This record gives sequence, structure tokens and C-alpha cells, in this order.
Amino acid sequence: MSTFMLVMTVVLCIAILVAAIVSIQVKGDKSMPIAILAAGLVSLLASVLFLILASPDVAMTEAAIGGGLSTFLFFFVLARMRSGEQAGHERSGVKHD
Amino acid sequence: MIKRFIALALLVGVGLIFTTLMMTYEPDANLNLTAHYYAEHTANDVGSANIVTAILVTYRGLDTLGEVTVLFLASSIIGLVLSLGKKQNKTLRNLVPVGELLTTGSLYLAPIIVLLGVYVFVNGHLTPGGGFPGGAIIASSMLLLLLSDPLKHFSHGLISFVESISGFVYVALGVLGIVMAGSFLDNRILPLGQFGELISAGAIPLIYSLIGLKVGAEFSSMLANLSEMEDL
Repeated sequence: MSTFMLVMTVVLCIAILVAAIVSIQVKGDKSMPIAILAAGLVSLLASVLFLILASPDVAMTEAAIGGGLSTFLFFFVLARMRSGEQAGHERSGVKHD
Repeated sequence: MIKRFIALALLVGVGLIFTTLMMTYEPDANLNLTAHYYAEHTANDVGSANIVTAILVTYRGLDTLGEVTVLFLASSIIGLVLSLGKKQNKTLRNLVPVGELLTTGSLYLAPIIVLLGVYVFVNGHLTPGGGFPGGAIIASSMLLLLLSDPLKHFSHGLISFVESISGFVYVALGVLGIVMAGSFLDNRILPLGQFGELISAGAIPLIYSLIGLKVGAEFSSMLANLSEMEDL
């Protein structure tokens, strides 16, 4: 492994750690979508790491399932949660804007 | 306080284990015995350019059949559990409005994503990827369609049909391997062909396409069941 690749790998690892910490610790109004995107970013960067470690098959599966399918699934569940919350507010008579 | 201390101690312990593993790790200079065998014999025996695919579909084909079975069981059980609740009344459901960008974008993207998934599993014996990533890519395009239109209804009949037919033909091809080539899931029931061509490596492209269709159908049926579930 050349020095350039080594440096790239270390940068990637740091980026993965930062994305993971962001996805756990993010706060505020839009924290859920940001956390989901950051978790997807972890998978995507991990798949790049697999590619550097010369296992393209694993990288592809990681990108398809970790980066694609589970991120979409989290957004899907988030939408369901929100529609459920809205219904709950209306049922209990709380005005919700 | 004690909880935090225990968590910290656990983290330090795991870190120590991995550090010692990293410190004592020495990469092999040569391939080990099994890897050497696969690298030497795959091109002649199986005819697949991608050794990982040759191992997954032929050498360890039974394990892959087991994996597909596990996925099948998971999706059937999810379907069973979710179908116990009564079907939702769709008109009563409150939906978060979907943006214009998502609606239009998903309609353009979904066919291309399906095409990519098919490409990935059809070329499984030549390029990285194969049935499982290809099926997951197809299912993610279905999920994208569901995201853009939550009331969309997929034909359960079609999904189950694709799933059962591909599963049945997969096992039938495996049994055909016993009869014609001497072992279960042997790919030499079809001619090996020119190494590196699309139609080569015997039955591998066929088997991997079936696995891809089956995995895609299983994931899609799970997602369709989840989307039609009643709000709790």
C-alpha cells in the first residue's frame, strides 16, 4: 500500500468516525433526517474502505444494502412515524400547525 | 456514575483487544492452501472470471441456498405477522405530503435503478456483485417508489409468483447438477463457454439471476407488507 493510499485510508476512517458521532449526537429541528443521512454516509464510506482493501464484492453489497436500502427504509419509517404523530394529534384534539 | 464507568471500561477493553490484534497482524506473503486452490482451479473448473462468485454459487452453493432460505423465512414470517392485523382503511390515513422533487425524481430514477440491479446480477460471474446486491438494488427502487407514493399498491400475486418460480427453478437446477454433472448445484450442466464472455461459466449466470430475482422479490414483499401495515 502506497503512502497516498495509507493517508486516504486514515482520512476515510476519521470521516467514518465523524459521521457516526454526528448520526448519534445530532440535535435540533431536523435531527432525524440528518442522523439517517449520516448513518448512510457511514455505510457509503465503509464501502469505499472495502474497495481500498481489495474486496469489491463486499463493497458493492455494503453500498447496496447499508447505503441504499436501509437508508431508504429509515426515511420510509420516518414518514410513517410523522403521519402517525399527525393522526395522534388530531385524534386528541390538539391543534397542530 | 457506575454505569458510565462500566461502559468506559468495556470500550477500553474492546479497544485493547483490537489494538493487540492490529499490532500482531502480519499479512500473508502467499495465498493459503484453500485460496491457492480456488485461484488455481476456478478458471478451468468453473469458468467464472469472478472467483468470489464461483465460490458463492458453485463451490459453496449449498451455503447460498441456506442464506436464500433464511431470507425467505424472514420475509414469510414478516408477512404472516403483519397480515394478522386488519388491513388499513387507506382513506383514513393521514399522510405527510410528498414533495414534487421526490415524486418526479423517483419516477425517472426507479427504472434506471432496476436496470442497474439486473446488470449487477446478470454480470455476477464477470464483475463484482451478484444476486444479493442486485436484488437489494431492485428492492431499493421499489422502496423509492413507495416513498414517493405511500399508497402505491404492489401486486402481491406477481411478487410471490416471481419468488416461488425462481426458488423452485434454483433448487431444480441444483438437483439437475446431481443428475448430469455429479454434484448438487454443479454449474457444468451447461457448456462452460469462452472464459470472460457474458454467456459462459455454465449455469452460474442463470443461477445468480434467479437468486437476484428471488432476493429482490423477498425484500419487495417485506417492504410492501410494511407499507400496507395499519398504523399502530
